[in-house]
Amino acid sequence: MEFSELQRIAAEYQAQRKPIRIRYCHAAGCQSCGSLAVAEALQREVSAQGLTEEVEVCPVGCMRLCGRGCLVDIQGKLYERVRPEDAPSLVASIKDDSITPTAPAGSYDHPFFAYQLPIVLENCGKINPEEIDEYIAVGGYQQLEKVLHSMTPQEVIREITISGLRGRGGAGYPTGLKWSTVAKMPKTPKYVVCNADEGDPGAFMDRSVLESDPHRVLEGMAIAAYAVGANQGYIYVRAEYPLAISRLQKAIQQAKRREILGSQIFGSTFDFKIDIRVGAGAFVCGEETALMASIEGKRGNPRPRPPYPAESGLWGCPTLINNVETFANVVPIIREGGEWFSGIGTATSKGTKVFALTGKVKNTGLIEVPMGTTLHRIVMEMGEGCADGKKVKAVQTGGPSGGCVPVEYFDTPVDYESLKSLGTIMGSGGMIVVDEDTNMVGLARYYMEFCRGETCGKCIPCRTGTVQLYQMLTKILSGEATEKDLESLRQLSALVKETSLCGLGQTAPNPVLSTLRFFEQEYKQLLKS
Amino acid sequence: MATKTLEKPTSQQQEKDKRFKILDVVIKKNHCRQDALIEVLHKAQSTFGYLEDDVLLYIARQLKLPPSEVFGVATFYHLFSLKPAGAHSCVICLGTACYVKDSPRLLEELAVSFNLHPGETTPDGKVSLMTARCIGACGLAPAAIFDGKVCGKQTPESVRTQVQNWLEE
Repeated sequence: MEFSELQRIAAEYQAQRKPIRIRYCHAAGCQSCGSLAVAEALQREVSAQGLTEEVEVCPVGCMRLCGRGCLVDIQGKLYERVRPEDAPSLVASIKDDSITPTAPAGSYDHPFFAYQLPIVLENCGKINPEEIDEYIAVGGYQQLEKVLHSMTPQEVIREITISGLRGRGGAGYPTGLKWSTVAKMPKTPKYVVCNADEGDPGAFMDRSVLESDPHRVLEGMAIAAYAVGANQGYIYVRAEYPLAISRLQKAIQQAKRREILGSQIFGSTFDFKIDIRVGAGAFVCGEETALMASIEGKRGNPRPRPPYPAESGLWGCPTLINNVETFANVVPIIREGGEWFSGIGTATSKGTKVFALTGKVKNTGLIEVPMGTTLHRIVMEMGEGCADGKKVKAVQTGGPSGGCVPVEYFDTPVDYESLKSLGTIMGSGGMIVVDEDTNMVGLARYYMEFCRGETCGKCIPCRTGTVQLYQMLTKILSGEATEKDLESLRQLSALVKETSLCGLGQTAPNPVLSTLRFFEQEYKQLLKS
Repeated sequence: MATKTLEKPTSQQQEKDKRFKILDVVIKKNHCRQDALIEVLHKAQSTFGYLEDDVLLYIARQLKLPPSEVFGVATFYHLFSLKPAGAHSCVICLGTACYVKDSPRLLEELAVSFNLHPGETTPDGKVSLMTARCIGACGLAPAAIFDGKVCGKQTPESVRTQVQNWLEE
């Protein structure tokens, strides 16, 4: 495989395309709304109306407005809640402007789309994720070729460092620094691991990226492997995402067949292989040391750090672990340059962030906005507040490790630091909107129940602390608690936070502390007088 | 946990059962590597439906791992089941988005109507009820998975009807 061949594949693919494309969302959300039946109906209609020469029906990845699926796009016009019976009028409207399709029309001018800046999601909803040639046709794998032939590993790392990219898994560690640490390690072999164990309940960004543009992640991993000197990669993906797993498998197979993964990639001396490891339902495996234990076939128990994985990771070898979204950012950074990327976002947080906007918000779905966008814009303008005219009370970020931001603070620009100062974290990007009906103490208990069930049991503060905290919250909710219990709740929360071994325990009390900070009144109302 | 003696399965039994051959294929494909344990357990679960003691012992022997370690891994991960499952499976998602959209009410409905609780199977072995942490279908909350098919925007009535239909089969 050479550059000219990439161009040839791209050109051939463009040539065989039909002029009019009907795109339908083929990701998990719309699939469960019946997008396959819609696609069949559309295909039948195209044949029935004799348009097979010029019209093609294309499956594409996530089209983002998940709450209004199935989504269909015909030449830049968006249709929502499409059912199979809408197909005749939809197809007929292509040739005859006077026909109004029976499916409700959407608009890309709507704030939900207008404020988005797709970098990670630039191909999502545009290309068929199960077809490598389509990825190549939009310039895919050209950056890998460029890196292998005209950049040294140090130059690649420098570009990533200049970009200011920070880990998108939640903690926000500078990616360039992590890469250079692994690159400097003398020990070999080295490994590259993609953390796709998206365990936060209410988050589905990584699933959407993997389902919609798997090759983007593979290319990012290959570039990272070249930069740090690794020849083996693993993608650790949750078993709860069967569609993402099958698309990744397909993508890896196709890349191998095209000789983009394997030995002597693009005629260079660089070899790289990627294997998938499927999780088995343990939230703690999102923690990097637990994840590595799981890849090694063991119980997902975390271990103390240091040593960090960069020094001693998989089988004791230097290991680079990044999140799906971090790897998905690599290709545009190499293509446009680190300077370009660092021009987007805020002083400390560069680039964009993908959020999964869900809960009691009118427009649920996937959004990608520049860092520094205010919560007001995200929830009230893009999400249009609550669906049934209720008042938005808060938004929960960071899942069970994060906290809530009440509506009074919605003018906060979202970046790693601003969210931290509000007592929550960026997390992987789940944003759950809650309205005035949601009981915040109940929500805190929900998260504590989650952590109680997911603690691995290795360290005592997390194992017993989460159970005790859960019982205290239950007592408060049942109206049996006194002021003293509230004090104990605070104390124990602080203790679990300070003394737990890994990130799970250290952040488990966050939802409690955060709701105590902003909604203490709700706790007080429940106390026994 | 009570200690339990595990009987060694006779090789005769295993020869009769072709399903062990399927396991052998996966084990060989992974070159008998011990780090492939989770992959092998996945395959065992999909082949046998659940992980019985025989199967765990067999895997331990083939991968040259102590049975305690195989048992430890099998019980650590939520997706591995050591009990047989019902003919149909109903998974209710309890992710945050589903939670704020009242998914606990779906569980209450099943408890009231059928006395079926998470982790249980109906006495006739027809339906198993499970919960999921988050299936990533947050845009369609509250969501459920009926026999592997994700169904969004569920109500207590729709879940009850589905389970009722299975029970009447």
